[in-house]
Order: sequence, then C-alpha cells, then structure tokens
Amino acid sequence: MTQQQQTAGGDVRLAGISKTYGSFTAVHPLDLTVPQGSFFALLGASGCGKTTTLRMIAGLEEATTGTVYLGGKDITDLPPYKRPVNTVFQSYALFPHLDITENVAFGLRRRGIKSVKKQVDEMLELVQLGDFARRKPHQLSGGQQQRVAVARALINHPQVLLLDEPLGALDLKLRRQMQLELKRIQTEVGITFVHVTHDQEEAMTMADTVAVMNGGRVEQLGAPADLYENPRTTFVANFLGTSNLIGGEIVSTGEDLVVAASGGKLALPRERCSASSTAAGGRLLLGIRPEKISLAHADDADDIAAGRNRVTGRIVDSSFIGVSTQYVVESPAGKALQVYEQNIERDTRLLPGAEVVLHWNPAHTFGLDAGQDIDAGATSVEDAE
Amino acid sequence: MPVLRWIRRNLIVIAGLLTLAYMILPNIVVMVFSFNKPNGRFNYAWQQFSLDAWKDPCGVADLCGSLSLSLQIAFWATLGATALGTAVAFALVRYRFRARGAISSLIFLPMAMPEVVMAASLLTLFLNMGAQLGFWTVLIAHIMFCLSFVVTAVKARVMSMDPRLEEAARDLYAGPVQTFVRVTLPIAAPGIAAGALLAFALSFDDFIITNFNAGSTVTFPMFVWGSAQRGTPVQINVIGTAMFVIAVLMVLVGQLIASRRKSNARN
Repeated sequence: MTQQQQTAGGDVRLAGISKTYGSFTAVHPLDLTVPQGSFFALLGASGCGKTTTLRMIAGLEEATTGTVYLGGKDITDLPPYKRPVNTVFQSYALFPHLDITENVAFGLRRRGIKSVKKQVDEMLELVQLGDFARRKPHQLSGGQQQRVAVARALINHPQVLLLDEPLGALDLKLRRQMQLELKRIQTEVGITFVHVTHDQEEAMTMADTVAVMNGGRVEQLGAPADLYENPRTTFVANFLGTSNLIGGEIVSTGEDLVVAASGGKLALPRERCSASSTAAGGRLLLGIRPEKISLAHADDADDIAAGRNRVTGRIVDSSFIGVSTQYVVESPAGKALQVYEQNIERDTRLLPGAEVVLHWNPAHTFGLDAGQDIDAGATSVEDAE
Repeated sequence: MPVLRWIRRNLIVIAGLLTLAYMILPNIVVMVFSFNKPNGRFNYAWQQFSLDAWKDPCGVADLCGSLSLSLQIAFWATLGATALGTAVAFALVRYRFRARGAISSLIFLPMAMPEVVMAASLLTLFLNMGAQLGFWTVLIAHIMFCLSFVVTAVKARVMSMDPRLEEAARDLYAGPVQTFVRVTLPIAAPGIAAGALLAFALSFDDFIITNFNAGSTVTFPMFVWGSAQRGTPVQINVIGTAMFVIAVLMVLVGQLIASRRKSNARN
C-alpha cells in the first residue's frame, strides 16, 4: 500500500473556482491549495459553500468558473469516474442491494480488477469490519456503515479522499470515537483527506489545516491552534469556539496598543492586531477567549497583579459543568462576557449577583477590525450543534 | 359472557379471516368446478368428480389458440409498457422540464377514463387511420393502458431512491451505462417488477378494449365470453385454476428466495 501512495502524489489546487446557480452564488471565486498528504478541513455553517467546493473537486458539480488541478494536472473537465478522487458521502450512500464485500469491491471491479478478495479483506481489516463481509448495509449500525463507506473509497487508493460531513449522522460519543479512527486511518495510509464539517471541534481535532468558510468565501485558513488564537475576523472568532469581543478606541500605539474601552484601558500586543489601521484614534475590537480570563471578587480587586487587563462586572449566570464553571458576566464592556474557570479552588462568593473583576494577560488579547458585525458566526454555532 | 369476550379478543383475526374467505371463495369455486363432469353444456352445477378436462385442456376448439394469443399479447404489452413506463417514471422524478406537472397528471388519464369510452374512441381512431384490426391494434391499445400503471408503480420506487447512490457509483469509476446497469436498475427493480406484473395481469384479462379493437382475432377473455353464450367448457376452469396456481407458486418462490437470502446474509 505504501508504495502506491508515494507514486500517487500531488496537491489539490483550486484556482478561481466558483459556482453559481442562477442568480445565487454558492461559491465565490476561490483559490485554495491542499498539500499532498494533509488532513484538510473545510469548516462552516450549512449553506456556506463547503460541500459545493468538495463536490467540484469530486467532479459531481461542474465549476462555473476556474480550474481544478490535481498534482499539476487540470482535471476540471474530467467526469467523476475518471478522477483519481473518491468521496465518503454524508448519508454514506452504500449500495443497498450489494453486501459489504461487493460495496467495498465496487470501485476495483469497475476498473476491471478481477481478484479483489485479498484487497477487500485487508481493507475491511483496516476499518475493523472483517466479520461483516457478507452482510447487507442495512444490517449494520450507523458507525459500521460509516466505516464501510470509508473502506469503499480508500480501497481505490485515491490521490485525495473527500469526506462530506461523514460523522454528521452519528451520536456524539460515536462521533468522537470515529474522529480518532479517521485520523488513525489517515496517518496510516497517508492519503490527502479533504473533510467537510460544520463541527468546529471536529475540524480542530482532526485537521492539520482548517479553512473556515462563510457565505461562499474562505474567511481564514490555518492550523487549528493558529485559527483559534489569532482569528482575523469576528466570524472566525465566534464560529471557532467562543470569543468575548469588546469595542474600543486606540489611545496609544507602541509595542503594545492601548485601547480605551468601557471607561478603562486595555492593552494588546501590536502583532496580534489584524485590523488594517492601528493609528491612534481608530476603533478596534478586542477579543479574549473565555478560558484566558481570571475572575476575582470585587473585594479582592487590589490583589490582582499590575499590568493585567481588567474589566469590572457582575455575574448574571453561572453553570457548573464538572471540569469548569462557566460564568456570564454583565459589564459596561460587553453585554454578556463569557468566563470559564477551572474548578481548582472555587471561590464560594462567585454567585450570580456578585460584583467581580475580570482580568487577563494582555498578551492573550487579539485585535480585530471594528468595521464588522460583532455577532457574525455566533448564532451559527448553536444551529450547527 | 365468555363467548362475547372471546369474540372481542379475536375480532381482528375473525375480520381478517372473513375478508380472506371473501376474496378466495371465487377462486375455490373455479378450482372445484375444474374437476366437474357436467351434465350438458353448462358447468354451473356439481355432478361428479372427473379428471377429464385436466387430461385434455386443449380439448375445446380454439381455446388453446386464444390462450396462446393472449399470452403473446400480454408478453409484448408488458415488455413495451414496462420499458416505456420506466423511462417516463425516471424522467418525471429525476428531471425538471417544462410541462412536467401536466404530463404527470395526463399519465393518469387512461386510468381514470371509463374503459368502454376508451375502447370506443380507440376503435374510432384505428378506423379513421385505416388500421387493420387484429393483433397489432390490440397490442398498441394494451401498451397504452398498461403504461399508466407501470409509471405509477415505478415512480413510487424511483422517488424513494437516493440520487446519491448514483453519484457514489460515478465517483467509484462507473460510467453512465455501468451506473445504470449496476446501481440504478437493481435498486429500481422491485418497482419495475411490480409494474410489469400489473401490466401482464391487466393485459392478459382485458376484455372491453380488446373486444372493440380485435377485429376477428380472439383472445382468451373473448373466447370465455363467447363460449359462455353457448355453454361453458370445463377446460376454462382448468386454465383459470392453472393460472391461479402458477401465480401463487411464483409468489411463494419469490418469498422463499427472499427469506433464504436474508438468512444467508445473517450467517
């Protein structure tokens, strides 16, 4: 198997690819390179164009403009059955009239390969379904069907494996398990995976590179940790995890930018600010992740170390979820600031109604252009789950 | 009252058995009278048990000729209506085109139209076209009225088919023909088979339209009708019983194969 991967090489490159249906633009002209052997995720809410992009790579959707390259070869006009690319469909699309062996062998047989047994057995072993070879798809559980769908695609040694929300139909526990399983398989076979999902946690767990899509465009592309720590748009900041965004005006520039917000002053490193203009007097959105914030009761405000960003407020809600407690704090800086505190030493005074000071290391603050919708992407997360 | 309670508990079973008896009784009468030895020309009163008719099913003049003709017409009508009807069903479900809705309703017209009206208007049409009445006019008429039934049966199946299955086939190196033969057709098969069986049954025992458009050709139903005026040969019951038994056997074999396949898949 290993030899075939090395010969079957090549990046997927999309150049100016777009898709319009009548007057509706599903995907705006898009440039994207998926390096060979990587696990690449297209992340976005439903209707953001991620599945359409995937289907254009598969050849199931014709691109309105642009070119699809695979390993330097233009495959834009090739029909799906001539592309060295295979897909794992959202509904698995297993052939109901064929048993598991024949489902998995389908691609090999269509290419005229007669002796399929050894390869099918190996593939079923890889996805741990050796005992199910003679069953029909409907006799398998959702997770097993999903693995058959993966085996049916992988057996062809495609240059790229496309996964269209492959875990969407599974329950949460099984989904977590399959995420690790898919990651293991990808590492084992070394094929490029392009994975479409609306689940940001799934994308971050599995992918080397995540492209966040919104409204038919790629908002931002990068490694999961980089996207999470340095979102460049409010959509990414809100869609990928939770962010507290605070509007303010730049009062001094230097190595750190100082921003006047809600009557206080907040600092952030200049290199963490993605806003186009960082001149004094300009407006800025400051972002801080909930787990980076520490919470102190107002009575202890004097104990907070100097040089930390501070915001005062009042707890309006708290929920205990085991490893942490999540607080919602009302403050002049923002209507509902989220704070996650690890349950190490719980301060019993931190109850709804308590006056508190939120404080954090300025280095953990990121800056965004103020000319954006502050709530972009925030509601989609709830829809998606 | 224990009796009343027993009835109340088993009401569904009783109702089911009564309905079944209601449906099967006529068939049993046909079967029983195929072993009759009637006194005179009419096979309406039980006389005595005999195997005479079974030993010589073609003993009545023209009976087996008409049977063979009916089977031929039914075969070709089934083939024609199934091929056309399947294509129409796929077109109606899978493609969006102008007047799709109108065509969808027009397909039902032959089902809704009283058969005798259709028969008369077909005859008018054939006569005006100068067509020679006979095998071909009957076949054309049969394909026409079977078509709606096939379309309805196949359409129901195609609607429940996931178009992603065909996409998956194309994604797995199957060209358009391979996709159709390997995936589309096998999955649509139960619907197509149901349509074909319906077409065969409808064509085989159609009397009204056939009688109007057959000219001097005589099909089996026409033969039965014609002979009923002069006396009913026992052989008619023999043919009827044989058809019934064959149909029942086909269903049983089909079910046997299906259950065998299921238990095999489980092991």
